[in-house]
Amino acid sequence: MSKTLIKLTDIDKSFGAASVLRKVSLQLDEGEIHCLAGENGSGKSTLIKIISGVYRHDAGRIELGGRHYPTLRPIDAIREGVQVIYQDFSLFPNLTVAENLALSDQVESGRAWVSWQRVEAIARESLALIGVDMDTSRLVEELPVSGKQLVAIARAVYCNARVIIMDEPTTTLTDREIASLFALIRRLKERGIATLFVSHKMREMLDITERITILRNGEKVAEGRTEDFDEAGITRAMTGRDIRSDRYVWNGVRSDPVLELRDFTRTGDFQGLNLSLYKGEIVGITGLLGSGRTELAETLFGLRNTRERPGGEKNSGKILRNGREIKVRSVSDAIAEGIAYVPEDRLTEGIFAEQPIERNLFANSYPRFKNALGLLDRAKLRELSSALIRAYNVVASNLKLPIRTLSGGNQQKVMLARWISTGAEVLLLNGPTVGVDVGARFEIYRKLREIAAGGVGILLFSDELQELISNCNRIFVINRGRFTHELDTGALQEDELSALLGLSLEEAIQ
Amino acid sequence: MSKRREGGLELRRFLGSGDSNLLQLSLITLATFILMSVLVPDTFLTVRNMRSMSFQFPELGILSLAMMLAMLTGGIDLSLVGMANLSSVICAFTFVKLMPKDLPSDQVVLFIVGVVILALTLGLLCGLINGILIATLHIPPILATLGTMQVYTGAAIVMTRGAAVIGFPEQYAFIGNGSIAGVGVPLLIFLVLLLGLALILRRTAFGMHLVLIGSNAKAARFAGIKVRRHLILTYMTGGALASIAGLIMSSRTNAAKADYGTSYILQSILVAVLGGVNPSGGRGAAVGILVAVLALQFLSSGFSMLRYSNFAKEFVWGLFLLLIMIVNYFTSGESREK
Amino acid sequence: MNTLSKNRLFQRNEFWLLCLLIVLSLTVGAVNGAFWSANNLFSLFKSTIVTGIFALGVFLVIVSGGIDISFPAFAVFSFYITVKFLLSIKYTGTILLPFLMSMTFGACLGLVNALLLSSFQLAPLIVTLGTGSAVTGFLRAFVGTATLSNLPQPLIDFSRWNIYKKTLADGSIVSFSGAFLILLVLAILIHVMMKRTTLGRGIYAIGGDEVAAKRVGFNVKRLRLFVYSFTGALAGIAGIIHCSLIRLANPRDLEGAEMEVIAAVVLGGASLTGGKGSVAGTLLGVALIVLIKGSLILVGVPSDWQKVVIGLVLITATGLTAWRSRRSDEGGRA
Repeated sequence: MSKTLIKLTDIDKSFGAASVLRKVSLQLDEGEIHCLAGENGSGKSTLIKIISGVYRHDAGRIELGGRHYPTLRPIDAIREGVQVIYQDFSLFPNLTVAENLALSDQVESGRAWVSWQRVEAIARESLALIGVDMDTSRLVEELPVSGKQLVAIARAVYCNARVIIMDEPTTTLTDREIASLFALIRRLKERGIATLFVSHKMREMLDITERITILRNGEKVAEGRTEDFDEAGITRAMTGRDIRSDRYVWNGVRSDPVLELRDFTRTGDFQGLNLSLYKGEIVGITGLLGSGRTELAETLFGLRNTRERPGGEKNSGKILRNGREIKVRSVSDAIAEGIAYVPEDRLTEGIFAEQPIERNLFANSYPRFKNALGLLDRAKLRELSSALIRAYNVVASNLKLPIRTLSGGNQQKVMLARWISTGAEVLLLNGPTVGVDVGARFEIYRKLREIAAGGVGILLFSDELQELISNCNRIFVINRGRFTHELDTGALQEDELSALLGLSLEEAIQ
Repeated sequence: MSKRREGGLELRRFLGSGDSNLLQLSLITLATFILMSVLVPDTFLTVRNMRSMSFQFPELGILSLAMMLAMLTGGIDLSLVGMANLSSVICAFTFVKLMPKDLPSDQVVLFIVGVVILALTLGLLCGLINGILIATLHIPPILATLGTMQVYTGAAIVMTRGAAVIGFPEQYAFIGNGSIAGVGVPLLIFLVLLLGLALILRRTAFGMHLVLIGSNAKAARFAGIKVRRHLILTYMTGGALASIAGLIMSSRTNAAKADYGTSYILQSILVAVLGGVNPSGGRGAAVGILVAVLALQFLSSGFSMLRYSNFAKEFVWGLFLLLIMIVNYFTSGESREK
Repeated sequence: MNTLSKNRLFQRNEFWLLCLLIVLSLTVGAVNGAFWSANNLFSLFKSTIVTGIFALGVFLVIVSGGIDISFPAFAVFSFYITVKFLLSIKYTGTILLPFLMSMTFGACLGLVNALLLSSFQLAPLIVTLGTGSAVTGFLRAFVGTATLSNLPQPLIDFSRWNIYKKTLADGSIVSFSGAFLILLVLAILIHVMMKRTTLGRGIYAIGGDEVAAKRVGFNVKRLRLFVYSFTGALAGIAGIIHCSLIRLANPRDLEGAEMEVIAAVVLGGASLTGGKGSVAGTLLGVALIVLIKGSLILVGVPSDWQKVVIGLVLITATGLTAWRSRRSDEGGRA
């Protein structure tokens, strides 16, 4: 019988008047691989912060390593072997791998002097513990994301972690890297180290975890052995709905495509792409990380400028809008041609966090609101912003508030409104529901269908397979820069699609 | 607080940011005015003094407007005074070397107009260089303008060999000392520029774009804003403003020097920050500059009358800056919690 | 630290800086042989002392992710008050006391910077702008504006301390100032601190990622307090040396020195965003600035051109750095 490392019973947590967790219980045993699943806003991040002692719980009981903690401080959690790997890894980009691995030991032991021999020794030992080999003299900032993750894990393991909590660890990893990560987690399991995954990604959850706890709206709605769950069951538990019934059907005519790609190539990113997008279609494009997915989206929007590439790669092939060949060399070219893009990373690429909602709505279209004197027509702006907020059902008490006060879902709606109000005919969306809670997610899907019905052609770049199947009438699979499959979503099942992606990888390796 | 904001003057809403910051600043300015009036009523509260002050602060006000523009976009321009001096030095030499003696008065005026255009062109050119370094070569603004500051000031030193250049025609003094309808010319220039800039910032797409760039340059690019063009134009405007300040400065002192007003750079940062500009970009209002520069002018004049040295002024300004920042921390901290 | 492969060597900023220095020296020497005279070389070394000590402090601050433009003000304040005090008690004791006094004043002022920064989360540029102006103003308004020329004897003796002295054939004397040793000792001390102590690594850590530093267990506030106080102390030392070497205590001195020192530190490879840089690089940056300033006359360029040349060097260097880091970025990103 293995020891129970973490036992949470009936945990409550509120922030002011907002109740975030209600009577949530969780148990994690030695060597267990457990998934804490839930959508955005389900309370899973808060629960993690409570386990690691960053937040204080309001009610309930916390036992770590069998010991009861009425109040849990971060240092207590660390001493009980709870190590959290944050999404940003908490590494020092300007220091070497070796130093990153050894630094927390250095600080904790209270040593004043640094012995570089000792640093090297600790580094080698840490990496050996997780069975990974790496050049420890490299600066962390030079590593790819997967490398940084490994360093973070190695550091945690060296610090006598008994539980490693990983927050959405697979979002930015390629399939091969995910496989390596899972192999590592299994090795850790053999040493008795438990892993708590915080995730909402189905494939991984079913692949690697042994038990699942599902949260929804701050409550535990399901719990049990992973093998007792299936995708549909998990989805239903996480979202409270059955997604399947809602598939998108397109009844248009295949003539006069709004967007056409002919042999579209960008050396090093993608080649020979052929695609026709018709009015009212929602076409999905999916592929593993590194497949060329994001590169394609950005090139179509003019973000990858022909002029500024050091290697001298060339664009070739054609883009056609309504049958007319166009050149997209800059963002303004793209916008002029009626192409709009909602990027994946909302915070850094999309919104102006501190600016009022209204400014975010019109960031891309102020020049259209000039009156005869060249000044902005304030009245028109106000009118239109109210109309848009209503039309997109954005929940905002005051449009002068900074947009960061809105939830992720509402922010995304503002982004959609921003682009559709310019009369774009082609909408490119990259990961549109990342960081968006369930309710808003469905609203956005509904809105997308409305937009498509209005004659816009939508290209939906995503790696959420369920999202693609429900909302697209066609899906392209892109791998290593080429379209490998084109599918009608008609009766497509998620595991079929998932298998295709896996297949693509194998094909590519050969 | 919000009630007061909404009830504010339509004019203030037109010009200002509607921030509680502005109200706070206005109170401070009022307080300094009252303080000085109380301390030295005989000299401070005179028409003569009001007139005198109205001729002194515009040059700092204009430089501060330029600094505000740079800071709005998330940058800084340390070369403003260098540009002002270089421009006035070149103008001075133009008068000395190129203007024929014994020119009839109306032709002198024409010549002066020509020189003014020259100054503006120089300012635009220097600003263009700044803009290219920052926007095209991606050199951090503080380093780029640190470098250009050396170059512009250095160029002026080379030309003047450190001495002051004199030889401005009589009529030139009008720019810095004349009045139109009872209002001093420098003040008029400043107010016109202020209103113009306020208009641009609040009511044009260009102004909105600047604020957005300062807030998140990457998102601005993704929104189709031509960031590079906007930045270059911003620094060019800064250069033009600096050269206008240079014209006023050289007209008031009737000389051009390579190192006049070196303390103005720090003061203009002080005014900009006091005026509500967020040093990391994205927030700022033109009218805040006016109110802030008035506060500094009151203190400055009052101190002179109290026979405090210039150094005491510097001391007070340093403390003032710190105090304002600390107060800002508390007021914005509170509003953040709400 | 790293096992420096030959490849790595060529990538290092310091290496190219050294090459540049050598090339420049050779060029200047070729144009004017007087460059190589003992007199000139010794004088160049002497010029690096005060700037160098300032630069060491600014280097620490920049690595920690901040910036400081108050140090010249602190230096002047420290040395002036010290000298004034010593004169008033007609001091004739050891040279150590003036140093300690000036250093302590500087450290206290630096501490004020640190406290303001930590307590109110203010931008370092603005804070040091404020404290620098306040201190300068205070000094000149309330302590005095007179240049003191009868320095206490110990300070005058210090200025005469040479580790090498020779009388040439024509009767002139060349001497290598002993104060240079102080710069060297400080440089070595700080180098060791930054490379071999937890404190030093902590400073790099804060500059790299402050949040991560906190999570790893560093006391960020205490580290900041140290960095700014230490810089203040260094400013105090630099100040007293400066005043001793020129044998004058002038409260209007060192105005505008912050620009050149920051330029030197940046040229030396420290990144304004923090977490990077080395003592060696900083010293090389100082050497470069001093070399340029001192050699213009030798090459026949009037000293008027100093500012222009330094400005151009700064622009070129930062331009190259920016261009290089963009090339290595994800190719193609406009």
